[in-house]
Amino acid sequence: MNSLGLSFELAGCVAAILLLVGTPVAYWLAYSNWRGKFLLESIVALPLVLPPTVLGFYALLAMGPRGPLGKLWIALFGHGLAFTFSGLVLASIVYSFPFAVQPLMVSFESVDQKLLDASAVLGAGRWRTFRRVILPLSLPGVVTALVLSFAHTLGEFGVVLMVGGNLTGVTRTVSIDIYDRVQSLEYGEANHLALLLLAMSFAVLCFVYAVNRRVWTPAWTRWVAK
Amino acid sequence: MDARVDAMGGEVTSSALVARVGKERRNGASFVLDVSVEAPPGITILFGPSGAGKSTLLDCIAGLVRPEAGKIAIGEDVLFDSVLRVDIPPQQRRIAYVFQSLALFPHLTVERNIEYGLTDLPDQDRGTRVQEILAAFRIERLRNQKPSQISGGERQRTALARSLVTAPRVLLLDEPLTGLDAELKAALVEDLRAWNALKRIPILYVTHSREEVDALGERVIAIDNGRVVSHGAPMDVLDAPRRKRLAQAAGFENLLSGTVLDLRGPDGVMRVKLGESSSCEIEVPLAHASAGDRVQVAIRAGDILLASERPHGLSARNILEGRMVSLEQRGTMCIAQIDCGVTFVVHVTPGAVRALELTMGKPVWLVLKTHSCHLVD
Repeated sequence: MNSLGLSFELAGCVAAILLLVGTPVAYWLAYSNWRGKFLLESIVALPLVLPPTVLGFYALLAMGPRGPLGKLWIALFGHGLAFTFSGLVLASIVYSFPFAVQPLMVSFESVDQKLLDASAVLGAGRWRTFRRVILPLSLPGVVTALVLSFAHTLGEFGVVLMVGGNLTGVTRTVSIDIYDRVQSLEYGEANHLALLLLAMSFAVLCFVYAVNRRVWTPAWTRWVAK
Repeated sequence: MDARVDAMGGEVTSSALVARVGKERRNGASFVLDVSVEAPPGITILFGPSGAGKSTLLDCIAGLVRPEAGKIAIGEDVLFDSVLRVDIPPQQRRIAYVFQSLALFPHLTVERNIEYGLTDLPDQDRGTRVQEILAAFRIERLRNQKPSQISGGERQRTALARSLVTAPRVLLLDEPLTGLDAELKAALVEDLRAWNALKRIPILYVTHSREEVDALGERVIAIDNGRVVSHGAPMDVLDAPRRKRLAQAAGFENLLSGTVLDLRGPDGVMRVKLGESSSCEIEVPLAHASAGDRVQVAIRAGDILLASERPHGLSARNILEGRMVSLEQRGTMCIAQIDCGVTFVVHVTPGAVRALELTMGKPVWLVLKTHSCHLVD
């Protein structure tokens, strides 16, 4: 598989998993009254400020054959986690976590409390209120979370370099590929890939901002609004 | 069971709502709300100035806010009891609540909004119930519109329909008619009354509008500063205000301070000198006071008669001479200010202004019945 295809697969996996994992975390952050909430908020935001190499370094230690995650993985699947696609997905999830959780949290929080009260007095429990009121009214946030975590994973470099190594077809993502080609003075090839990544990132951001400004609503989001 | 089905045609009669609620301030130092109210089937009005605690009381009854102390029950069914640690969550209380902001779901059509509370019903029953309530509140033609596409009055009808379609045991209304003109308001109140003539559930209706009390009133509970200050029929509650803020809210335009001069026990009256330095004296109903006490007297602008010459042979005991200092026409009503040492506000009709040839500075006489003068503490 070429590096571009691999990057897309990685970003797709990470975005999908982050939506599933990030939604309950964002819900809890938005509605919990626990006073220690700031702790979890800080942890979630940590990847925003840490150099990717720091994150990647600890991810590598944890995933190594003597690290807790690595040991667990070997016990479960018989092979190590470092320098595999699965390892890359796991590290990328941590790295892109704030990009999924924060837009979700902000849009959950912005739903009018009176609507939630109305839902409750009309007999709806938490799940139905979430499914029928919070989620449909937070669609722009859901789209933003998906697209940002996808795009952020697509462009990551430091974490991949640390935990992925550089194995063709397994862990060589497009950003690593570009770096490699520059190192071996293949400027034409590097430019080709870099331009592609630039164009796609721009397109993705246009999409996110258009949805948030409600220029248009993607058809595939409408099922939730029913 | 809290409801019984009448043998005659399936009418359901709910039990009364009884709520005793103590809600503390955040620091627990004192109660912001310490009231005990009872609402039998029919409309009970919660009346009082804004900030009195009316909405907080409704929030407690609905289960959205948890009181520190008290007990809330519908008939025998206890919803909240601080001693027995009972606290039924709002979604299981079967209490309908229409907020001042209405809180219609903006992403759902009128029909979907109304269906929202009916998910447990089979499709067919749900259809029938929705159809029935759409007709009762005359909003059938709006069923496929979103809340943002309909008028304010239509939104209020939709919110009422959405709450009532669930067959609640109690209906809580928090100033639901704010912003509607008188005609729309009257029509909506009629539809609500018609609906409740069948269902007979307790309705707690919060308002600070005197007009709505007059239009709806069966029973009034007046709340001020987190306490029940009086309750009973609208006339009794509003015409004998015992608190100053309530007097202003209830439309007593004249609120004058004075000093008790003497008590005349056998006549059931006492004389009060109004203002600090004026010689303006009036007779008011006897109250627990003694000579020299400071009192507040509340008088409605519409209860004062104006005369262009000194009147004779009247039963009214208070006749005060004064001069007109301002006259202003508002709609079909003229508001005159008369200086008798203290300034009175008097409402008269434009016709009366012409007939009496009222002009600025002209001497006039005010006529006040003793029992139009209410003492406020």
